[in-house]
Amino acid sequence: MSDANPASTVTPTHLPNPPQGCGAPAGGVSVSAATGTLGGQAVVEGHVTREGAPVSTGYARLLGSGDEFVAEVPLGDDGGFRFFAAPGSWTLRVLAPNGLRAEQSVQADHGQVTKVEVSL
Amino acid sequence: MSRSDVLVDADWAEARIGDPGVVIVEVDEDTSAYDKGHIPSAIKIDWKKDLQDPVRRDFVDKTGFENLLSERGISNDDTVLLYGGNNNWFAAYAYWYFRLYGHDKVLLLDGGRKKWELDSRELTPDVPERPRTSYTAREQDASLRALRDEVIAAIGKRNLVDVRSPDEFTGRLLAPAHLPQEQAQRAGHIPTARNVPWSKAANEDGTFRSDDELRSLYAGEAGLDFGRDTIAYCRIGERSAHTWFVLHELLGHPNVKNYDGSWTEYGSLVGVPIELGEAR
Repeated sequence: MSDANPASTVTPTHLPNPPQGCGAPAGGVSVSAATGTLGGQAVVEGHVTREGAPVSTGYARLLGSGDEFVAEVPLGDDGGFRFFAAPGSWTLRVLAPNGLRAEQSVQADHGQVTKVEVSL
Repeated sequence: MSRSDVLVDADWAEARIGDPGVVIVEVDEDTSAYDKGHIPSAIKIDWKKDLQDPVRRDFVDKTGFENLLSERGISNDDTVLLYGGNNNWFAAYAYWYFRLYGHDKVLLLDGGRKKWELDSRELTPDVPERPRTSYTAREQDASLRALRDEVIAAIGKRNLVDVRSPDEFTGRLLAPAHLPQEQAQRAGHIPTARNVPWSKAANEDGTFRSDDELRSLYAGEAGLDFGRDTIAYCRIGERSAHTWFVLHELLGHPNVKNYDGSWTEYGSLVGVPIELGEAR
């Protein structure tokens, strides 16, 4: 990886757990671990709760137009999730045990963190 | 080879918990998932720490694989049942890897960890102890793995299946949307590649679609001619291992390779052709 590439700001020496694969840790990769700054990323993040308590077992899926799958993360212990999306309109779908599910539209913008709170 | 030879469901797996001849193995990038809870009797393999050379970008060699499986208590006669998160991406990668080194009896759990969790089946933090074995691997099966020169030579001649998301294929993103945008120097795809995202092969619960649906997807919708050899790629080779599993193991196409260098290698090569936008 060239030092001239902005992506080189993400190096193993800067990160405790550098995200180098395609899989995501529960809750999604943290913004600070990703870039150190938000920069031009379009972040969609939030939490899933049921009757006020975090839902820690379940999945958040980001879908494009026509239900096209884009990405998925397992929920974190606090019910959290995070996506680094392209700017645009997306559908967020949450799946949890016992057939619980929820869906809502989200808008992601460059340099913005879009917060989404989901109640099952 | 048919679906039932390579893919089992959660009921089958649940009935084999504690079976001495079946080693259940969880393979996740996020190893904390295993540590918090896993299928009872399952052991863990870390796709990165255990399966990658610690210095250069390549797999552990034959001796390294033998040492790993011996240390984890897996013998040549054991049936290895793989499962993992991320819709079995890394479990499929490990499946391909086990095949590469010639392990005969290897299976994938349909739906992986996700379906197991959504079904509210038992997970335990207890780590089993398995006595050391003396595992013997075969030399890597070169018919399953594509390297970069072979990929470049395949442009316009073989099926190239890019299994990343449409935004990665067209060059809008360099990585999946649940990860920060990093890695390859250039965005886009290999010329003449067709974009068939891995996700089209999976149901929402992570299980694979039916054989008929899969045939229709690749041969019908995507128009791939399986009279030609095929190379699948993604970003680092694990999503394309999922597609390799579909094409080679479920649908039985014999000449399918996984290009594990994938876009992180190809998109950083100097002088190779790249296309942007939709497939031409």
